[in-house]
Amino acid sequence: MAWLQNWTDRRIEEIVADLLRAGVTISAFVVFLGACFYLLRYGHAPADYRVFQGEPSDLRNLRGIVHSAKQFRSRGIIQLGLLCLIATPVARVAFSIWGFAAEHDRLYMTFTVVVLTILLYSLLGSGSAF
Amino acid sequence: MNILEFTLLVAMGSFIAGLLGSLTGLGGGVVLVPLLTIFFKVDIRYAIGASLVSVIATSSGAAAYYVKQGFSNIRIGMFLEIATTLGALGGAFLAAFVSTRALAITFGVMLLYSAYLSRRPRTPEERNLAPDKLATGLRMNGSFPSEEGVRNYNVQHVPAGFGLMFGAGALSGLLGIGSGAVKVLAMDQAMKIPFKVSTTTSNFMIGVTAAASAGVYLNRGYIDPGLSMPVMLGVLAGSMLGVHILMRAETRILRLVFSLVLVLLGGQMIYQGIVGKI
Repeated sequence: MAWLQNWTDRRIEEIVADLLRAGVTISAFVVFLGACFYLLRYGHAPADYRVFQGEPSDLRNLRGIVHSAKQFRSRGIIQLGLLCLIATPVARVAFSIWGFAAEHDRLYMTFTVVVLTILLYSLLGSGSAF
Repeated sequence: MNILEFTLLVAMGSFIAGLLGSLTGLGGGVVLVPLLTIFFKVDIRYAIGASLVSVIATSSGAAAYYVKQGFSNIRIGMFLEIATTLGALGGAFLAAFVSTRALAITFGVMLLYSAYLSRRPRTPEERNLAPDKLATGLRMNGSFPSEEGVRNYNVQHVPAGFGLMFGAGALSGLLGIGSGAVKVLAMDQAMKIPFKVSTTTSNFMIGVTAAASAGVYLNRGYIDPGLSMPVMLGVLAGSMLGVHILMRAETRILRLVFSLVLVLLGGQMIYQGIVGKI
């Protein structure tokens, strides 16, 4: 049975890797698209990050970012790409539950559910953008 | 400096951050935060936001390769993530009671000592340890493609590693940076996991730790699209190069690079603790 376990472990690894790569590729593509618009529009303006002003409210939370990106605002599109990037490790954990379940590995399924619960609690908890 | 020049320069700096981050399992923040704040005069809060983005980008980008090639051990990663995510929650709670300045200085000194410890390669006896009961029960033992072919390893001291990982999570909740260093040290020094497996598994894990606090940073307005864009793209490109270097590099060299980056991080922590910028 050892070879069977290795084979399925290998399969989970392959799928986790593909999922991570897809998430990174999608987010890099969206950020790059936003970057083109952003640089065409603001490329020659002076860059200044000395003083912290914080982002405007439409770039701070999910709803505002989606709205801003829908209107093809360059900064909104970049921010949407960053949201896809943030979602990638979360999706990886969520998928692993399914992967370990397919392998009938109850122990690691439980571990992963615990990780996802704590992760979502911190991600969606008080003071969060989501 | 206009935005176009700024973007290109930040992207180049981020490339180096991504390269070192993916090679050492520390993420890009170690290089990125001082680079942005000192060289580009960026406010520390924007730099922290950009650093968070860089950690998730290095982690996810490089992990795709490391997992596929059989370096990262996803069971070790998943199990220890319980400790780091719990620790991060605890750290955020403790922040109200702990002096982060004193903590940063203590952590910095610890890192300098760890830099000295982690340079030493393992002896052949230290590489062939008997299986540990708990690690075997948790199915953590595995193999990876070393320079001399596929090598098996037996994980040791799981409770110590779990405890240190809790500390790593708490530190990231308290200081916002540096959890990758404790992750690598816990796996390498305490759990006796081969160095390449330790750094790549840490790399696999740091994205989750960072994602947990992303919602709060985004809501506080720390994540600026104009700054995070060149950081993310540069870091991703750098981490892709790092992946290919790690696969071929000798562990001895990687240990040296790791301990040099630890010295940098330790110095940074002590400095920030003394001037109170943390």
